Amino acid sequence: MVVSALESSHPLDKYLRTARLPHIWCPGCGLGIALGSIMRAIDKRIKEGTLKKENLVFVTGIGCSARTSFYVNFDAAHTLHGRAIAFATGAKLAKPELEVIVIGGDGDIAGIGGNHLLHAAKRNMDLIVLMITNFVYAMTGGQVAPTTPLGLYTTTTPHGNPEPPLNVVKVVSSLNANYVARASVTHPALVEQYVYKALGMRGFRFIEILSTCPEIFGRHIGMRDPFTLYSTLRSKVIVKQSPSIEESDLDWGKGFVIGEYLVRDNPGYLDRIGRGLK
Amino acid sequence: MRKSFISGNIAIAEGAITAGMRFFAGYPITPASDIMEYLAERLPEIGGVVTQFEDEIASINAVVGASWAGVKSMTATSGPGFSLMLEALGLAVITETPLVVVDVMRAGPSTGVPTKTSQSDVMQVRYGAHGDYVIPVFAPWSAQEAYDLTIKAFNVAESLRTPVILLSDAVIAHLWESVLLAEPGEVEVINRKKPSSPPDEYLPYKPDNDLVPPMATFGEGYNVIVESLIHDERGFYRQDREAYRNLVKRIVNKVLSRVDSLFEVEAYYGDDYKCLLVSFGSTARSALAAARILRKSGIKAGLLRLKTLSPLKLETLRKYCDEAEKIFVVENNMGKLVHDVERAAENDKVISLPLLDLEIPEPKDIVEGVRKWL
Repeated sequence: MVVSALESSHPLDKYLRTARLPHIWCPGCGLGIALGSIMRAIDKRIKEGTLKKENLVFVTGIGCSARTSFYVNFDAAHTLHGRAIAFATGAKLAKPELEVIVIGGDGDIAGIGGNHLLHAAKRNMDLIVLMITNFVYAMTGGQVAPTTPLGLYTTTTPHGNPEPPLNVVKVVSSLNANYVARASVTHPALVEQYVYKALGMRGFRFIEILSTCPEIFGRHIGMRDPFTLYSTLRSKVIVKQSPSIEESDLDWGKGFVIGEYLVRDNPGYLDRIGRGLK
Repeated sequence: MRKSFISGNIAIAEGAITAGMRFFAGYPITPASDIMEYLAERLPEIGGVVTQFEDEIASINAVVGASWAGVKSMTATSGPGFSLMLEALGLAVITETPLVVVDVMRAGPSTGVPTKTSQSDVMQVRYGAHGDYVIPVFAPWSAQEAYDLTIKAFNVAESLRTPVILLSDAVIAHLWESVLLAEPGEVEVINRKKPSSPPDEYLPYKPDNDLVPPMATFGEGYNVIVESLIHDERGFYRQDREAYRNLVKRIVNKVLSRVDSLFEVEAYYGDDYKCLLVSFGSTARSALAAARILRKSGIKAGLLRLKTLSPLKLETLRKYCDEAEKIFVVENNMGKLVHDVERAAENDKVISLPLLDLEIPEPKDIVEGVRKWL
């Protein structure tokens, strides 16, 4: 008898709500790679005893990336567009032993939710924020996003995007975050490494994860084929050990420098208020 | 009990503490700010947390998150801030999150007159968010009642898993009165139901017979799903009519089915009136004074004061209205509660007295308004 690959279990299945699979993400979407890497980092932490499974909470807003909260077999909240960081802050303040991870797209986190991002970083709030950058509003069908390249056609910029992209790594680095990194789904081992590291730190930890959206963004830039888009992004990624903020521009022409931009151990918000709720 | 001379805003803060609230998130706004200022001093002393957020949107979303972390939580604001909170109020409705939002009304629209009173938020606190829902709204008329109704608001929020609104105004906010505060054990404090089933059998949105699901919270090993989409008993997104109807009807009916205990009124001269004044909140104080003046001049006036603005029990309103020859709905706005009274009474008996004052209305203005019709 032949057992199909789909019927056999995966070592990370225990962290997924397998009853909800298959997921809604399109073929070639980078979110699966990102989620796999995040789960491997969590698995490592749980196995070594530095993270309790029941203390981990995923908080997401609205968008493709936000659908992660459907599939993770942890406490999870699928909240409002842009408000995941605010919700997560309340949960963490009310129960400091929780490890709260926010996952969202660049529109969710840096567009509609931008003010909450700024203030969570400013107060060095004890949260992990993973921003999956796909350069477009994908779930709503291809509108311009905070990270969309200058001049690009989108459904709401049919004459070309008149705005340069937002460099969120630079913005967050200008505040009081303890950890700022940029990763890419083209380099999954680094996604895993950065998330693993962030899980062992305090304060505000921000990781931008560049991702591929062949279905929507790929169509806009003429790379609908997943392999072409993935290979192109991969060829534009430059890995650096300790990159400087000056080289963090989100620029498809010059390429994307990924790496750990900021690592420090300042007191987090909870330290400053005496660990919060007793 | 201990007697304390405090303002309405402090009474709300003290009521929340008595009810077990330990997380407050807010953003400064007149005339509600001193609730947060008072709690910022008091709450850390008893192990709680107060955080000022970047805006009202963050504040209420943090309150929803904190409630899901198992802690009774509250925010307080005024009309403009409440408008910003409406989307997350809907989130609290659909995720069945117990929390209390205080709206200390001021004059609007828009920035209006921030330091002056109004009762013009009656519609937005009941109907402002999109989607179908009913949430309880309580409106105190004194500092004592601000304290008592805040405790009731938390008890209702916890027992029904719903957001509850405490609708105060700028007059009550800064009205100083003697208030009896309860010591622990002297008033009933209700906490949300916890699941009795083990995590692998737990369905986060499966109600008991009382239409309310037991609530597991973060960090308890239940893998809870907080879901803003229409969902089934598992918390899984569904876009079919059956799941949609099941969820929306249940979250509406769990509130409506409690109307007998939620809807509270107080009647003055209740068995001897021909002319009935209907009012609520600070304006009801003037309406009571007006009723007394009218009675001295030989007009049999009575007052029906609503402590609850949602859900309404129309039968109760109708019972009082049936006894009256004329009904005057006295409110400090252009006429909002009057629409509900019109539904309860024969239409030709109901007269709207919209005062649109910036201070607590003067009894003589109400008396004059009534006399015109008699």
